[in-house]
Amino acid sequence: MKLVYFSWVRERIGKESEEVDLPPEVTTVAELLAWLKTRGDEYAAALEHQDVIRVALDMEHVHHSEKLGTPYEIALFPPMTGG
Amino acid sequence: MSEHVTPTIRVQRADFDVAAEIARLTDGRGDIGAVVTFTGLCRDEQGTLNALEIEHYPGMAERQIASVVEQALERWPLTGITAVHRFGRIETGENIVLVVTASAHRQAAFDAAAFVMDFLKTKAPFWKKEHGRADVEGKWVAAARADEESSKKWT
Repeated sequence: MKLVYFSWVRERIGKESEEVDLPPEVTTVAELLAWLKTRGDEYAAALEHQDVIRVALDMEHVHHSEKLGTPYEIALFPPMTGG
Repeated sequence: MSEHVTPTIRVQRADFDVAAEIARLTDGRGDIGAVVTFTGLCRDEQGTLNALEIEHYPGMAERQIASVVEQALERWPLTGITAVHRFGRIETGENIVLVVTASAHRQAAFDAAAFVMDFLKTKAPFWKKEHGRADVEGKWVAAARADEESSKKWT
């Protein structure tokens, strides 16, 4: 699974993207975020306030309750500040 | 509600020319009674800000803007619509974002431009980092609750 990170999520994790093998028990967005937080201090810091993290599956916004399915790309980022 | 309108959506590093973008919607047409433009600029925050660094999610940024623009086209009778958002380093006083709407009558053009801006701010994946003095690390702009509230008034 390809994960991509933006803004301060990217900075805190320390990489723009990575390939990960998800354990089979991780099936929802919320479970993905909880699992990522166990991968190291940098992930725990980036995802500390899990509720504010926005997630897109193949470039579509999804709620944290959403099933992951088999997307090509999962993006994690803070609330958007464009315009 | 709009018929046969092909929107112009661009996400680019370069600046844009407002007059040229208006002309793109109006040239050769006699049926347009109103053009509204909104330009968002990089303000200096009382002299504390030198520049913004705008990060975006390539692909999703264009898709999200296009989705908001499509909703505007369904909702108002527009003859044309353009949305341009810049990324990269933008100095104070420079342009960041442009929305141009054209219609037979002004209300549709006003409302559609405001709608697109309100939703673009909360739906399109762009993030601003503020750069002040050269020796200080930049700081990410926090999302404004007011922007979320603005997008709710259209539902």
